[in-house]
Amino acid sequence: MQDPVLQLPKPQALLTRSGWAVFLLALVVVCAIAPFLNLMVPAGSFFHLSDYMVALLGKIMCYAICALAMDLIWGYTGILSLGHGLFFALGGYMMGMYLMRQIGRDGNYKSDLPDFMVFLDWKELPWHWALSDSFVATLALVVLVPGLLAFVFGYFAFRSRIKGVYFSIITQAMTFAAMLLFFRNETGFGGNNGFTDFKRILGMPLATPSMRMVLFILTGLTLLGFFLLARYLVSSKFGRVLQAIRDAEGRVMFSGYNPIGYKLSIWVISAMMCGVAGALYVPQVGIINPSEMSPAQSIEMAIWAAVGGRGTLIGPIIGAFVVNGAKSWLTVSAPEFWLYFLGALFIAVTLFLPAGIVGVLRDPGSLLRTLRDFRKGR
Amino acid sequence: MHKIFHFLSALLLVCVTLNSGPAWALTPEQALAIANGDSDSRIQALTKAVTQADAKTAAFLQALADDAVKVGDGKAFIVRDGKASDPVTGAELALPDGAEDVVNNNRMRGEIESALAALKLLSPEIQVRRQAIKALQGEADLNKLPLLDKALAAETDATLKTQLGLVRASMILGSDDRVQRLEAARQLATSRNPGTKTVLLDRLKLEEDPQVKSALQAALSSVESSLVWGDRLGAIFSGISLGSILLLVALGLAITYGLMGVINMAHGELMMIGAYATFVVQGVFRTFFPGAFDWYLLAALPVAFLSAALVGAALERSVIRFLYGRPLETLLATWGISLVLQQAVRSSFGAQNVGVENPSWMSGGVQLMDNLQLPWNRVIIVAFAMAVLAGMAFLISRTRLGLFVRGVTQNRPIAACMGVNTARVDTYAFALGSGIAGLAGCALSQIGNVGPDLGQAYIVDAFMVVVVGGVGQLAGTVYAALGLGVLNKFLEGWTGAVLAKISVLVLIIIFIQKRPQGIFAMKGRSAEA
Repeated sequence: MQDPVLQLPKPQALLTRSGWAVFLLALVVVCAIAPFLNLMVPAGSFFHLSDYMVALLGKIMCYAICALAMDLIWGYTGILSLGHGLFFALGGYMMGMYLMRQIGRDGNYKSDLPDFMVFLDWKELPWHWALSDSFVATLALVVLVPGLLAFVFGYFAFRSRIKGVYFSIITQAMTFAAMLLFFRNETGFGGNNGFTDFKRILGMPLATPSMRMVLFILTGLTLLGFFLLARYLVSSKFGRVLQAIRDAEGRVMFSGYNPIGYKLSIWVISAMMCGVAGALYVPQVGIINPSEMSPAQSIEMAIWAAVGGRGTLIGPIIGAFVVNGAKSWLTVSAPEFWLYFLGALFIAVTLFLPAGIVGVLRDPGSLLRTLRDFRKGR
Repeated sequence: MHKIFHFLSALLLVCVTLNSGPAWALTPEQALAIANGDSDSRIQALTKAVTQADAKTAAFLQALADDAVKVGDGKAFIVRDGKASDPVTGAELALPDGAEDVVNNNRMRGEIESALAALKLLSPEIQVRRQAIKALQGEADLNKLPLLDKALAAETDATLKTQLGLVRASMILGSDDRVQRLEAARQLATSRNPGTKTVLLDRLKLEEDPQVKSALQAALSSVESSLVWGDRLGAIFSGISLGSILLLVALGLAITYGLMGVINMAHGELMMIGAYATFVVQGVFRTFFPGAFDWYLLAALPVAFLSAALVGAALERSVIRFLYGRPLETLLATWGISLVLQQAVRSSFGAQNVGVENPSWMSGGVQLMDNLQLPWNRVIIVAFAMAVLAGMAFLISRTRLGLFVRGVTQNRPIAACMGVNTARVDTYAFALGSGIAGLAGCALSQIGNVGPDLGQAYIVDAFMVVVVGGVGQLAGTVYAALGLGVLNKFLEGWTGAVLAKISVLVLIIIFIQKRPQGIFAMKGRSAEA
């Protein structure tokens, strides 16, 4: 007689056949079609991709990385972070200071120091920017600073079993405190103007069409890379434990797992992804200031993930594109309606679309059922 | 001998001022010397005139301070409303051609003002004398001594007499006679005035006599120790004042979040609605009842409460009731509501801050010590917070509605089995919490800006208070609000406002690591919920 053996389900393929097809298509669009439409097709043509659109899409792809990171921690692990704006901004500030140093003596004050430091009468670079001259060190800091902060914060928070809303609220407090700190002039982060007026990266001018396209492609590749990484994480055993923690943390503990390590790992990975997104965002948008850390910014990241569909990986990316697309369209055509729209989106998604756009696409009947329940008053 | 002379001259001058009339102490030459020449000689003349001053001198100095004096033909004129008059006789005169304005530099202006203050010491009205003494505190000019002696002799009010004695002592501190200095230092030790401290410190730098020096030291430490209490109490009071604002802001949340478990991110916007309701009531009073304008605030209170409560009830019926038990979803939905409310206010009242005036009875303050004044609006807000707290505690613990609210939050199915209409109780409770937010908004409109983002500024603080206090605990909320307020103000004394705020947030984060359930943890089964 055969011994009953508890078997784990067979490891899934990273993506299905059609999934890979879509992935390759996205890769081709980012690396070949978009550059071709922007650089080769003449400006008057119908198919021309304007510089404005390239900048906008690049920016939204950065946001999509954030949404993906948010989904890993919220959609898959059930921890709603209101601090991801801080990690995003930290990555952005690291890159921003490198770009400030790249300006060299071309600033308004012709000084070795960045303009805002001359203006505030700093005599030398403060210690915490000592590494900002080196591109390699900056790349490391972009990942390490948010990662380290997330590790320290998460270690203590998860160890004291802070969860649910409590965790959300203290991450918000952390972000708020950091925002106040960055607003100060004497902390060396440029005060409320932040860092801007960038000129070059790696000695090459920043404001050229080809540099813009290079950054666009880099962002797209990072997004696709992170998507694969997230896919790998959530389909591994690690990812299954995360989802178990989300659904019933108590049972996970009773089954002999210590959730702290799992939660901490995904929390740090998610923070690092946001840092990278911030670093890609700053050279494309050309400014970083403390308003990126405002509580509103972090909550908006949650809504990107929720609109697209929590607990799926393609959902947050779709959500980031839909919400931010609507934002850039509405804030231009009807600025007073943007907040109404965003507010209504928050309410509608939580009430009617718990599984987001992806949920409706997968099962169109679910929306009708939710609406019917809602009319009955549940 | 010297003293007797002083006394006599003082007595004489008092007689002169008391029946001032025919005796003109101000001469035309004096007036000219004060108005004309270089600053040094003018000041000399001024000092001389002050020692033998009368009402005319005062009027002339006032005119000088108001830039209403001209000089022409070797004579000084007071020119008011286009009419020139003689400073000595008061008779109207024709202004000679080419008369020039008297220009006072800052030094001269300061001298004139302190001379005027010294003259006011002789005023028959106690109020004027009190102010004059206040203005002269910290004055160290020996030349005003005769005048001061005169005033001291004439003073009848005991408190003012002591104060005058202190002013005199701080003047004598500069005297050449070391015995007098010693005496003055001893006398100053009883002072409780911040100005005395500077006078003592200044003298300490110059003093060479060791005995006087030690007397000065002793006086300084005694003054400082009496000032320390004023400073400390001041810091505690501003801490309590901040704490009671936090309490007002958090009390509503203590119901909606603490009892009902709804993460209401729109709480700040409900306060904003209360503040705008106050603004509207103010406008109504200004147009229709301008006579009763001072009392608009009393009418604004119920309006603020009801408008916020109505909005709250509508929110509960339309959105929040579908989300009970899903706190993270409520967080997002109420955030959406807050955005909509903000934009609605921005569309209807404009994006700029609106002006809400304090009624006149809220301005001013109570002077408790020389360096401790409690502004009325702060005192009233502290009292108001306590009143709201008492009202809410009564409502929750003593009334039927309170019983139902507690019952429903503790065990919904059993409460329903007992025949409680739980859905209705939820609506009432949420409306109550929202109404209290409206009251908080009404209070905030009296001390800060009223604008569409009023709520955003307080929402993080409000949640901090509730979380630190312990969810579901009214007492915890009170302790947390007052504690955080006082802590914040004390840290501000060391580090400045923003760093104090940051360190308080960091301390809260650390505190929550230690006590994740707040100061007062819920016990039993509900703790894990």
